[in-house]
Amino acid sequence: MAEYKRPQSEQEFDQNFKQKKPLMNQTEAYMESSRCLFCYDAPCVQACPTHIDIPLFIKQIHTGNAEGAARTIYDMNWMGNACGKVCPTQVLCEGACVFNHQHVKPIEIGRLQNYATNKVMEAGKSLFHSGSPKGKKVAIIGAGPAGISCACELSVLGYSVTIFEAKDKPSGLTVYGTAPYKITNEEALTEMEYLQKQLSFKINYSSPVSNADDLQKLEAEFDAIFLGVGNGPTAALHLPGEDFENVIGAVEFVETLRIQKHRVQVPDRIVVIGGGNTAMDAASESARMGASQVYLAYRRSKEQMGAYWFEYDLAVSAGVKSIFNASPLEILGKDKATGVRFIKTTQENGRIKEVPGSEFVLECDLVIKATGQAKMAEFLTQIKGLELDKSNRILVHPETFQTGNPKYFAGGDAVNGGAEVVNGAFEGKQAARGIHQYLLPHSSYDSKS
Amino acid sequence: MTDLSINFAGIKAPNPFWLASAPPTNSGYQIMKAFEAGWGGAVWKTLGVPVVNVSSRYGGLNYRDTRMSGFTNIELITDRTLADNLREMEEVKKYFPNHAVIASLMVESRREWQQIIKDVENAGADGIELNFGCPHGMCERGMGSAVGQEPTVLKTIVEWVMEAATVPVITKLTPNISDIEDPGLAAVQGGTNAISLINTIKSIIGIDLDTFSPLPAVDGKGTNGGYCGPAVKPIALNMVRQLAQHPEIAGTPISGIGGIETWRDAVEYILLGCTSVQVCTAVMHYGFGIVREMESGLRQFMEDRGFQTIYDFAGKALPNVLEWKDLNLKHKVVASINADKCIGCQLCYIACEDGAHQAIALPQNGQSRVPEIIDENCVGCNLCSLVCPVEACITMEKRDNGKEQLTWDELVAADAAPVTFNDPRAGGNGHFVPEPTQALKKHAS
Ligand SMILES: Cc1cc2nc3c(=O)[nH]c(=O)nc-3n(C[C@H](O)[C@H](O)[C@H](O)COP(=O)(O)OP(=O)(O)OC[C@H]3O[C@@H](n4cnc5c(N)ncnc54)[C@H](O)[C@@H]3O)c2cc1C
Ligand SMILES: Cc1cc2nc3c(=O)[nH]c(=O)nc-3n(C[C@H](O)[C@H](O)[C@H](O)COP(=O)(O)O)c2cc1C
Ligand code: SF4
Ligand code: SF4
Ligand code: SF4
Repeated sequence: MAEYKRPQSEQEFDQNFKQKKPLMNQTEAYMESSRCLFCYDAPCVQACPTHIDIPLFIKQIHTGNAEGAARTIYDMNWMGNACGKVCPTQVLCEGACVFNHQHVKPIEIGRLQNYATNKVMEAGKSLFHSGSPKGKKVAIIGAGPAGISCACELSVLGYSVTIFEAKDKPSGLTVYGTAPYKITNEEALTEMEYLQKQLSFKINYSSPVSNADDLQKLEAEFDAIFLGVGNGPTAALHLPGEDFENVIGAVEFVETLRIQKHRVQVPDRIVVIGGGNTAMDAASESARMGASQVYLAYRRSKEQMGAYWFEYDLAVSAGVKSIFNASPLEILGKDKATGVRFIKTTQENGRIKEVPGSEFVLECDLVIKATGQAKMAEFLTQIKGLELDKSNRILVHPETFQTGNPKYFAGGDAVNGGAEVVNGAFEGKQAARGIHQYLLPHSSYDSKS
Repeated sequence: MTDLSINFAGIKAPNPFWLASAPPTNSGYQIMKAFEAGWGGAVWKTLGVPVVNVSSRYGGLNYRDTRMSGFTNIELITDRTLADNLREMEEVKKYFPNHAVIASLMVESRREWQQIIKDVENAGADGIELNFGCPHGMCERGMGSAVGQEPTVLKTIVEWVMEAATVPVITKLTPNISDIEDPGLAAVQGGTNAISLINTIKSIIGIDLDTFSPLPAVDGKGTNGGYCGPAVKPIALNMVRQLAQHPEIAGTPISGIGGIETWRDAVEYILLGCTSVQVCTAVMHYGFGIVREMESGLRQFMEDRGFQTIYDFAGKALPNVLEWKDLNLKHKVVASINADKCIGCQLCYIACEDGAHQAIALPQNGQSRVPEIIDENCVGCNLCSLVCPVEACITMEKRDNGKEQLTWDELVAADAAPVTFNDPRAGGNGHFVPEPTQALKKHAS
């Protein structure tokens, strides 16, 4: 168990949030790339949501062709560098690597990927350019992984693209949401700059598309619209005491942390409610900020957590304690939260049952709710014809990502309900191809050259 | 008790591991260090009229993360005076009277040969090695491989040497020749006491892709060098075998050289008839310490099999090396995949599919990635078992009854061998070839 001192400077913050996947040097990349077997119909490729030709780019790295490797990566995934750093590779490419079956360490695909993408970013090497103008305009709402990928792909295909982004930075939750030990702000933003330099899409920052009027204006000006709005703020728990100022949402906590870094002051005792990856992140991050006592509280069992085992292990290794089978009843306090009252739970046929008389109180100075992000239903229902499923996810065609309103396409968290950066990257790119097919049905996909 | 000591054509040494004549034997300092480390003998860096060397001098062939799986040099013989070398040789023999010190020599005239032999004998050399091998620099002056490639000249020089020498003489052969038996026979006819081989192979190890210079580069230019290291072992093993099986050469002690790095390499040479082995590249790569692994491995190998001395197993592989025409055409093996070990890389599939006999099928159920051998198509070529990254996952299973024996000559005698272009008796085991257009139906690989 690690003990973290409260970071007083940016340097100390970086120390506490040391990168889990540091950049490889040339020798490391050479040695690691030499291990790849170059499998036929490689399982790692199948496991990558964007189907990057992994053995190919590894061989390219090995033969001193890092630029070719980067091209192989970006050809399939516009968030190539971010993905290398933030993807849960243990359950994706690296989890599928055949070496696992031999109890040999799988190839470090993510870090090799970063090796190649960093080489071209450092050199400022342009790999792509905007296609010859097609005379069509597309609006994209949201500059997250889905929106950016859609914009890049459309630019290459020759579309005039404008992104409307509510915040003042691109990359969405890559910079505002993922844990700081996975990717630094600089890394996330450098890749965005790198893409923007090569491709002609525009981003209008601090430009939320908020209401029916805004939407109507876009519909009038643009030939198609892509929704890459992601999910909303942390959903309400509907618990007494939830309104205290020291009861906050995990997504908001992480966002503040990413921007304010060491200037964020966490109190000593923190309770994080939830069992997903966001809960693990928030707990890990609280401990790394120097809180002396961080509890994770989840209403079901350890095995039932939505979080990946390695994210849980990481939280535990940062000093986080956990309580399972405990449901929050009430947040205690007068003008500030001073604790959370829980009741123990059991399960019958998957349904949670409270155990009478098993109530207990966890005292704390901060409550972080990591109980899922609200969906954007209120905004989305203003779009005519758009269909949402029961969980308020946008329904789309599985290949073109076209919505119930033919002019609108969508991808990323708003469609998949909340997955990973890599899924956003894939869906944004696919949607761009869907838009291309919709706007210019007779042209070919292959305009990259 | 296992005894590693040898008596090689009269040269005694505590073990068969000798340093080859090369940079590790440049000086008395290095040879003393090597003997301390455990080497049984050393062939002194070739003596003659000292040369002037260039820089750079070496090049390496890397394979994946393995450095120097092949090695090349454009160095010549010693660049130190004879007097210095002789003084140091004397010093070494004083400290190590029971180790083998062999003087490698390369000079031109009969007078020079006979003079230098006296000099090294006076310095205490236990034997002499004639360097007829160096493939660069020296041959242009009519020495080294220029001699080694000319059997009659080689024989004459060996005769000059034998007139003067009182210690055993080893003739070192160059592999840069179409048939190693010619110089081997010439050396024996000239009266040599022993043979050593191989010296380095003429080669260009690589080209610099930026400067277009061959490697190693000397001021942007290069020349052909001498290739050695692990990559040359198979070539050397066969040449050793050819001499060891030759009726007029067999019996002449052979010192095996080329790509030896571990005890396993050494044992292979001994099994093909060598009774001493020499090492250069592996020492240039890792230093003298590697002899500890070689010595311990050899000792273990001998203890496990009850061999007392290396003479108990020297040449034991020779009766098994036949000509192709004498191999048994009735022997049949078929590949077999152990599904429990398979990790699903499917390298065996694509190797057989594109590079061999289309005898491996991909699993059809979508769950497993374990390929299947199509028994009736498998010719038993081994390819899949060679590419499989998992130890003992693909094995070659015997499918004949072990009773039948049929050689090519017998096949011909029985009039069962194909004799015309379109003879239907063509082929061998499992001779299956799909129709060309079926290639278009399989998805691109
Ligand atoms: C705490 C946390 C940790 C995570 N950690 C990881 C991780 O380690 N690895 C990983 O791969 N994934 C991680 N994810 C998930 C990943 O960040 C998301 O899946 C991904 O960012 C989704 O991309 P997106 O483009 O769909 O949405 P977002 O990234 O959410 O981007 C949406 C963008 O749209 C903008 N926007 C929204 N509405 C409007 C509007 N009306 N007008 C204008 N702009 C608007 C938003 O400001 C935002 O910039 C994490 C998520 C969270 C919450
Ligand atoms: C740099 C270098 C210099 C060599 N010099 C000589 C030499 O002077 N005399 C000689 O007989 N062989 C010389 N050789 C050949 C080696 O003795 C040996 O025959 C050859 O390298 C094969 O053995 P290996 O694969 O263990 O290196 C030299 C080899 C190298 C690499
Ligand atoms: S599965 Fe592993 S070894 Fe095979 S190609 Fe992918 S990274 Fe290489
Ligand atoms: S032994 Fe040769 S023919 Fe048989 S399956 Fe293996 S690769 Fe194919
Ligand atoms: S090469 Fe070996 S491990 Fe790979 S699929 Fe074939 S049998 Fe399995």
